[in-house]
Amino acid sequence: MLSRIVRTVSNQLIVFVLIFGLYLIMHGHDSPGGGFQGGAVVASGVAMLLVAFGSGEIIQWLHVRRLTVVACIGALVFIAIAFAGTGTTFFYNFLLGTPIFGGVPPPGPGHGHVWSGGIIPLMEIAIGFIVMAGLSAVVLAMARFSGGKEIEE
Amino acid sequence: MRQVVGLVLLLILVSLLLWGVLVMRDFGYPPSDMDDYMIEHAQQETGSNNVVAGVLLDYRGLDTLGEVTVLFTAVTGVLLLFRTLKRREENC
Repeated sequence: MLSRIVRTVSNQLIVFVLIFGLYLIMHGHDSPGGGFQGGAVVASGVAMLLVAFGSGEIIQWLHVRRLTVVACIGALVFIAIAFAGTGTTFFYNFLLGTPIFGGVPPPGPGHGHVWSGGIIPLMEIAIGFIVMAGLSAVVLAMARFSGGKEIEE
Repeated sequence: MRQVVGLVLLLILVSLLLWGVLVMRDFGYPPSDMDDYMIEHAQQETGSNNVVAGVLLDYRGLDTLGEVTVLFTAVTGVLLLFRTLKRREENC
């Protein structure tokens, strides 16, 4: 556990880190970002909390087992969406044109809108779940089970 | 002696990297029909304004499936390793 200043600052900062990571995941299909990047940002926020508060406090509300369950659900959703378009081809964008995420942005440069992209935003969200839960579980397991000493001040 | 060998290896490595940079082709050359097609049609066909996301998750979806599999395997391996370490500690 680090000093009170570090704990307070990271306590305030985690809100913005999480919002930025979820924004990257949600808007991966119409602005720079995506599931991998947003998940990495969220996992870095978890790593920041881990450094600031120590693993003994984080482990009380963030369990490695639950994180692995979330990662497995994300992977299953990803492969299920991929198989759902098998009527045409594997990974077919079957949601394009339907009311769910069916919008098509105007061609050329310009801003898109969130409600577009077909299966792409759903897959970004699934990848985001895999990456943020998986990397958080890795960081947490390394801090918890490695047997090293915690940083004390 | 050791430093001389290290210097020679360093010079060989630097010259190889410089050679790779010098003979590198220009950006976007040779031109291909595929990237022009993707720049023209990706927004209409995938519906996503981010063409990179459209290529990664629609045209090259199978590749992204491989990426996700690699990441998932890495997470599984790390968790298995640390679980074994924890069990061994408890036994001792």
